[in-house]
Amino acid sequence: MSRYRHGLGLAGLLGAAVAYELVVRALFSPLHVPPLTAIAPEAVRLLGEARFWTATGRTLLAAVVGLAIALAAGVVLGFAIGSVPGLLRVTSSTLDFLRPVPSIVLIPVLILVLDVKEITVLLVAVSCFWIVLFQVLYGVREVDQVAVDTARSFRLGRLARIVHVTWPTVLPYLGTALRLIVSVALALALTGGLVMGTAGLGEMIWSSQESGEVTGMYALVLLTGGIGVAVDLLARLAERRLLHWHVATRREVAA
Amino acid sequence: MRAGGPLARGAAGAGLALGLPAALLALWWVASAGSTNIFLPPLRVIVEAFGRVWLSGTFADDVVPSLWRLGASYGAALVVGVVAGYAIGRWPVARALTSPLLAYFRVLPAPVMIPVLLVAVGIGDATKLIVIGLGALWPILLNTADGVRAVDEVQLETAAAFRLPVWTRHRLTLRAATPQIFAGARQALGISIIVMVVSEMLMSTDGLGFTVTQFQRSFAIPEMWSGVLLIGALGFALAKLFELVERRALRWHRGHTGREEPS
Repeated sequence: MSRYRHGLGLAGLLGAAVAYELVVRALFSPLHVPPLTAIAPEAVRLLGEARFWTATGRTLLAAVVGLAIALAAGVVLGFAIGSVPGLLRVTSSTLDFLRPVPSIVLIPVLILVLDVKEITVLLVAVSCFWIVLFQVLYGVREVDQVAVDTARSFRLGRLARIVHVTWPTVLPYLGTALRLIVSVALALALTGGLVMGTAGLGEMIWSSQESGEVTGMYALVLLTGGIGVAVDLLARLAERRLLHWHVATRREVAA
Repeated sequence: MRAGGPLARGAAGAGLALGLPAALLALWWVASAGSTNIFLPPLRVIVEAFGRVWLSGTFADDVVPSLWRLGASYGAALVVGVVAGYAIGRWPVARALTSPLLAYFRVLPAPVMIPVLLVAVGIGDATKLIVIGLGALWPILLNTADGVRAVDEVQLETAAAFRLPVWTRHRLTLRAATPQIFAGARQALGISIIVMVVSEMLMSTDGLGFTVTQFQRSFAIPEMWSGVLLIGALGFALAKLFELVERRALRWHRGHTGREEPS
């Protein structure tokens, strides 16, 4: 059954590639939309070039640094707001107001005072921070009161309760957050390159568009999607490792 | 039971909700009042600029085109996403055929499509419409597919046993998936606002993103700040509007699952 499904998936990919090839050859000029048979060799050629890997490294570095900042800030603030009674009630309207504010409004404000590399990291950090913070807050809210009372009757201190009761409850929510934020981080690291010319993949894509290397740009976009898939896979693996003890993961393995 | 009537409790709730934002705004107002840093103008100057810029012709010239593009693309993404997501969620063969393809497009960041469409379609409105729509499409489509797939088998079989007409059964399936569809649509709303602003920053002659970038490049700092505040307020207002629609549409779901509204 599984092999059958994979076969269909492969057929779907091939079908889409053939359909793209036919439509593009029939309707578009290769100067605007190159066919896949031109993009794929170009992508392979790029994979052998150092400048592609330098750009990818820079983009991933910005994404990772931003992610780390967001995780640290989100976890600390989330635990602080979630464990002090009343603080959530006072801050919730402010948090609700700030969260939907699109992080890219920061670009025009910050570009006057910071350099583009720092702004890109900050863009990633701010966007991911909200996701982490709200996941932690959901998690803290779900802590089992009986478990807390049990820990208390065993005379566990505040810190020990956080480590042994709250943290394991929040961890699955953090796993979800991790899965969500990796693609957000990649998207914003790329956006920084597109909009401000921060060195990296986004900038490389934009400059090949401006210099008219259309096939090269399509190849870069194709590879960017591949990087996205790889990063997403890594996040899922990390989530599974982090939660190997959790019921949902164990059931998945058993099935 | 707490002391005090519902009125007093409402007032206390409003106080809690408005207290911190009011305090923060007041702090910004006071702290920036004497600012001579040209990048951080006093809030008073920003508010003045806000009235001057956005309550005049600029509103019709810039805000309306932005909102029009956002609404049209988001609406199209909703229709396409729900229809395609329904088909993919309902028929295992469609799901198997498309799942690697969808996995790829789900992680391909929407802003990257801007230069591609710029070359393929040109710099007009069409490019912006397509790219906003593409950004919004994947979360709606994938959530719809997941939601439709997770519909209770027993419910479907009951509907079949009662020989309900095919169309009614489709409608019931879709209705059972609405909570998940709304989750996708909410995610899509945030993405489409971001893509809207980015697309206007990169290629436009009007729109919010374009105007704010213009102000920043001509060092009209208070005007730029006012635009930033407007984009922020817009994001907030649309999120609230969405929440209102969702609450109305999913009233049955809340009752069904016994979930109370978050306090």
